[in-house]
Amino acid sequence: MSIEELLIALAVFVLAIFVGYLTITRVPPTLHTPLMSGSNAISGIVIVGAIIVAGSVGGLLGAILGVVAVALATINVVGGYLVTDRMLRMFHRSDEERR
Amino acid sequence: MEISSTTLDNLTLGAYIVASVLFITGLLWLRSPETARAGNRLSALGMLIAVVFTVIDRDIVRYEWIIVGLIVGALIGAIAARQVQLTAMPQMVAIFNGFGGAASAVVAGAQILSQNDTGDVDRVVSVTVALSVLIGSLTLTGSLIAFGKLQGIVATQPVLIPLRHVVNVILVIGSLTMAGLLIFDPNLEWALIAMAVIALVVGVLIVVPIGGADMPVVIALLNSYSGLAAAATGFVIDNPMLIIAGSLVGASGLILTRIMTRAMNRSLGNVMFGGFGVADSTGGAAPGANAMDRPVRSVNAAEAAILLGYADSVIFVPGYGLAVAQAQHQVRDLADMLKERGAEVRYAIHPVAGRMPGHMNVLLAEADVPYDELKDLDEINDDFRRADVAVVVGANDVTNPAARTDRSSPIYGMPILNVDQARSAIVLKRSMASGFAGVENELFHMENTMMLFGDARASVESLLSEMKEL
Repeated sequence: MSIEELLIALAVFVLAIFVGYLTITRVPPTLHTPLMSGSNAISGIVIVGAIIVAGSVGGLLGAILGVVAVALATINVVGGYLVTDRMLRMFHRSDEERR
Repeated sequence: MEISSTTLDNLTLGAYIVASVLFITGLLWLRSPETARAGNRLSALGMLIAVVFTVIDRDIVRYEWIIVGLIVGALIGAIAARQVQLTAMPQMVAIFNGFGGAASAVVAGAQILSQNDTGDVDRVVSVTVALSVLIGSLTLTGSLIAFGKLQGIVATQPVLIPLRHVVNVILVIGSLTMAGLLIFDPNLEWALIAMAVIALVVGVLIVVPIGGADMPVVIALLNSYSGLAAAATGFVIDNPMLIIAGSLVGASGLILTRIMTRAMNRSLGNVMFGGFGVADSTGGAAPGANAMDRPVRSVNAAEAAILLGYADSVIFVPGYGLAVAQAQHQVRDLADMLKERGAEVRYAIHPVAGRMPGHMNVLLAEADVPYDELKDLDEINDDFRRADVAVVVGANDVTNPAARTDRSSPIYGMPILNVDQARSAIVLKRSMASGFAGVENELFHMENTMMLFGDARASVESLLSEMKEL
């Protein structure tokens, strides 16, 4: 990674932190748990890195580490989104029927 | 074979932009319960796009391993998400955090090992590998311990290891030394492994001393770490998707952590290293001696039911005890009965009630309580003085008036629910045992407070049957 590439990556990092901060500050306490488990599912984005490692690194070690990482990240992604959906399905107002 | 996003297809990078927009929009939609579910699905769609376009990227030449990993992970994740009791949500979130952190550490480790084979690792990469492996590893073991505590496998009481601060400092120095060696010479594979092992131990040692009531802070923090580990891994493999999504989560977790520590009026350092509620049981403070002299008034369900039966305005104050007793459905039934009798019923939710941010909200949602009846501290605190009865179900420290008045109290300054200002309060509690902070609660000794001792669920059930008699 060259210095230019590093600086671009850092810019992306800083801006994304800002966007995350501004976006999440206004989430009401009622939704704090779904926010946490939903954002947790997003952190499973490392699945993309795991796929790259599992699919391109030469050697058995790379393949094994890759497959472990893909499996762990997939649990995080699939489990995270499903459980969040399950929770959000239960939230309803007093004037509406349960979905 | 070299891996670096400079070789990622333009198509893949374009898909990452779309996925990022979907993630951010999904989070924006989490601002309202009406759009939250759609927002979560939008975010999941973003994830699907990111995964599909990564898999079809021309850099990916080998599919069998990927498919095995995807199938195994999806099965475990789907089964876990379906089977888990909603009351076990805190530990579920904890363990998912841990898996995310572990995946980040493994990806970063695999990357440096493979680059060592080709002999071209640069400094920047090794710095970020160190960060990713450190954060990812301690997230894994920290989350596992948090999971164990919430599940009841590991002691929920704070466990204080002798000389733990000294041990922690030594371990941190050790892991930083290993990180330094790795950055100096990325070929030192033993340094990578040693660093990972030390970080795993540090994860255990950081969470073991933390007591149950501080769990909301720990879970929010681990949530943040799992995001930051993903972002660091993004630097390692030069992948903007990981950096963007990881940072969003990192920021979100940090905000939640700050909200939680503010709601306890404590600093993060104090939560992580304070050993609150164990070391400070000096008992010398004897706050509000006058208030404490008055004996508590213990009532039976019939007396409490009469009080409730004639109330026009009732506020429920749930705490972790509600979750332990699994009394949420019974409380909802009681609330329904009060509403039938014409009373206004609301719920006052303290930000740190329970074991994770928003715990009470999920628990009550499961019992079909509409979310517009759940009020935050700021929203409802002025209404207590107009309430006829406040019913405290398994909450303690968050209702202690000493936090407002007694400067010598360990919880002084913590924002509390003004239960003491209600015309009467009924406190459902197992025994007179003090709360997590080890502080006596003045509320229990006040003139207008009635104590209804027993398991919360059994107590609410007997309240229900007594109410029917009225």
